[in-house]
Amino acid sequence: MTDTALDTLDRALVAATQEGLPLTPTPYADVAARIGTTEADVIARLARLLDAGIVRRIGAVPNHYRLGLSHNGMTVWDVADAEVDRLGALIGALDFVTHCYRRPRALPDWPYNLFAMVHGRSRDEVEAKRAEIAALLGTAVRGSDILYSTRILKKTGLRIVG
Amino acid sequence: MRQPVAPAVFDDVDRRIVNALQGGFPLVPRPYAAAAEALGLAEDELIARIGALTASGVLSRFGPMFDAEKAGGAVSLAAMVVPADRFDEVAAVLMEMPAIAHNYERCHTLNMWFVIATETRAGIGAAQREIEKKTGLKVLLFPKVREYFIGMRVEA
Repeated sequence: MTDTALDTLDRALVAATQEGLPLTPTPYADVAARIGTTEADVIARLARLLDAGIVRRIGAVPNHYRLGLSHNGMTVWDVADAEVDRLGALIGALDFVTHCYRRPRALPDWPYNLFAMVHGRSRDEVEAKRAEIAALLGTAVRGSDILYSTRILKKTGLRIVG
Repeated sequence: MRQPVAPAVFDDVDRRIVNALQGGFPLVPRPYAAAAEALGLAEDELIARIGALTASGVLSRFGPMFDAEKAGGAVSLAAMVVPADRFDEVAAVLMEMPAIAHNYERCHTLNMWFVIATETRAGIGAAQREIEKKTGLKVLLFPKVREYFIGMRVEA
């Protein structure tokens, strides 16, 4: 954990930027002024956080719904534990899958161990993508389901600090 | 509480901005100027358009996207079976809890799916117990065992 531990200034940097960068010509200098360091230090820290994977990337974070991708289906699959890593990598590589995870089963009610999130402009588009995943998984699938979101009840975004 | 239904209106320049800038924002003193040049735009136009895209909700935000777990925090997907006549009441309980980042109604017996995000690993179990105590309903946790890919990029 030492390589990914955040020091006090890192945490201040996260708190100052997790809702967005300033929309000014010199955003890093402005953040630096706010947290009490230099522009060069902010840039160096962000570069280090990117390298460590603590920052996944820097840029535009689109809202799927406002882009017209109003249908989202959480596709879930029951595949053998011995195969799930190979299959997960295969499904995760599809360009229309936004998240792909292995998660624990909750037997007997929930036999699924592979989750892949799919977005589309219509339910048909989501179903077509689900069929594409099913075709890739082939006979490895012992069971599957799709859980459409019918309502957003809360969406505050994920706060890291504060 | 209902999700917005109508997609936002945006032009081809906006589309190019959304598609080009979902990552790789330059780490230089004048990053908007550098990004604008690559898009054939002026710095002030790019700043104004990003501001407008954020205001209209096409962008949730513009800046760093953090991996909460690598930053030392804990995250877990969770789900509950909520009786129809208690749905709004239970949704309101989660709405009040800062540890709950997202909450979706989904068409399944497990009909409420949400993300618990806390600063420590112990916080996940504490949030789970708090919800169970407040609602009397069982909370199933689905923490990620492995992440295969998290693209989150989307074609505008």
